[in-house]
Amino acid sequence: MKKNLLVAALLGLGVIATAQADTLAKIKSSSAVTMGVRESSGALSYTVGDGKYAGYHVEICQRVLSDVQKQLKLNKLDIKYQAVTSQNRLPLVANGTVDIECGSTTNNATRQKDVAFAVTTYVEEVRIAVKANSNITSLNQLAGKKVATTTGTTSVQLLRKHERAANVNFDEVFGKDHADSFLLLESGRADAFVMDGSILAGNIANAKNPADFKIVGEVIAVEPIAIMIRKDDPAFKKSVDDSIKKMMKDGTLAKLWDKWFLQPIPPKGNKVGLALSASTKDAWANPNDKPAEEYAKK
Amino acid sequence: MSWNWEVFCKSTLEEDFSPVCFGTGGEITYLDWMFSAWGWTLSVSALGLFVAMILGVLMGTLRTLPPDNLLNRSLALLGTVWVELFRNIPVLVQIFLWYHVIPALFPVMKGFPSFVLVSLALGFFTSARIAEQVRAGIGSLPRGQRYAALAVGLTTTQSYRYVILPMALRIVIPPLTSESMNIIKNSSVAFAVSVAELTLFAMQAQEETSRGIEIYLGVTALYVVSALSVNRVMAFIESKTRVPGFIAAASSGGH
Repeated sequence: MKKNLLVAALLGLGVIATAQADTLAKIKSSSAVTMGVRESSGALSYTVGDGKYAGYHVEICQRVLSDVQKQLKLNKLDIKYQAVTSQNRLPLVANGTVDIECGSTTNNATRQKDVAFAVTTYVEEVRIAVKANSNITSLNQLAGKKVATTTGTTSVQLLRKHERAANVNFDEVFGKDHADSFLLLESGRADAFVMDGSILAGNIANAKNPADFKIVGEVIAVEPIAIMIRKDDPAFKKSVDDSIKKMMKDGTLAKLWDKWFLQPIPPKGNKVGLALSASTKDAWANPNDKPAEEYAKK
Repeated sequence: MSWNWEVFCKSTLEEDFSPVCFGTGGEITYLDWMFSAWGWTLSVSALGLFVAMILGVLMGTLRTLPPDNLLNRSLALLGTVWVELFRNIPVLVQIFLWYHVIPALFPVMKGFPSFVLVSLALGFFTSARIAEQVRAGIGSLPRGQRYAALAVGLTTTQSYRYVILPMALRIVIPPLTSESMNIIKNSSVAFAVSVAELTLFAMQAQEETSRGIEIYLGVTALYVVSALSVNRVMAFIESKTRVPGFIAAASSGGH
């Protein structure tokens, strides 16, 4: 979920000023809104080519913005899509380039100093993927084993903390991206791949033979993934939150989950095959914008 | 957002800060980690450069052998094939070939640490470039030098050892300086095969701390310091090995 590309950083990072914090007024006066999207964040937010974007969070945002349009009584609302990366998404939201970011951003306390988050719509669970014929069933069995994970993800830090806490040692190998990490598992260079459940499920679904792999073990960590908006803009946050809460109540989110995570999705018609997790269900039942740190305490 | 340079003093495990910025008692700060990553960058570059210099000078020399007999012609062909092979494949692709493909063909290499594989890959890639510069250096010498060496009774090997290479290598020190600086920058591809060097540190630490600008600036500074030091060392070597009058004579164009 938190994949990095090296470049891109300079794009937005240089100019980090806080833009005016009245997004609703801005949308009303310009009849336009800019949605931040990701090129490839699993089924949450990705491009289907040709400058078009789709995904679970993209569709939620489209519905939210249509509610905003009704609220503002605009005849026409022009949605502009702006691709963002892990490196530039925060500055672009903070400086007003992007009004609403619908990607795969973890809501954490550090980020809450610069931006605000809508109520959590997706809770990521960090899990372990192994080969189907492996007898590994839990994190504790990984001591001394080769464990693959992807550079630039919070899973690296999780493993490090676990090593320290349990006083064990993993032989970590870092893939440069998720496909690379999965290749390490596939080619036998690693015994396990520790990563967000949705990414593991997506990679297994796209493998040559999905039956060769399985996801095992306890949930190592949970992270709330949420739609990101500007800080100190309570009116806009309320509109977005109300719209999402309405979708949580009337079952729209459950339908969207089924559409994006269980049914074939464009452009190739692959299935992610990720069942709705208990943590996500819980977040829908009790809408909240608590940061990851609060989730970790549980 | 404002600057927050304290991020380097932060522990990589806990949410606390070390007063001295370096971890104590097993605690590791981001600064410690960055310096360890710098060490990996320098190690990969040094080993790669060592391999590249030896192979580069060798292959560059082979390409200039006089086509007197079959052995010389075969050796020159070997040099040509070597250079064309290693400089026509992008460096990142070469790294993946070394890491994923070659160990699949030769299972014994599966046990090699990725540090060695990536240094070999970088070394071979850079050797092709150095070979071309050495060849150019030898080619820039007046032909009379080779003939004079042979005329006084030196063998081909001796003429290279005592006459041609000592002059040619002095001429190519400036381009070799750029190659040595390049290899430090190119070593950033090592992150792709799990070597914990500066680029891997930058990508990982900026995600963990959410202070990307500070982390990237710190890493950039270390790359600049490394490349500039190499530049100064090479300038020192250049001045120490200078033959008075030689470069001046060459630049005035007299043959």
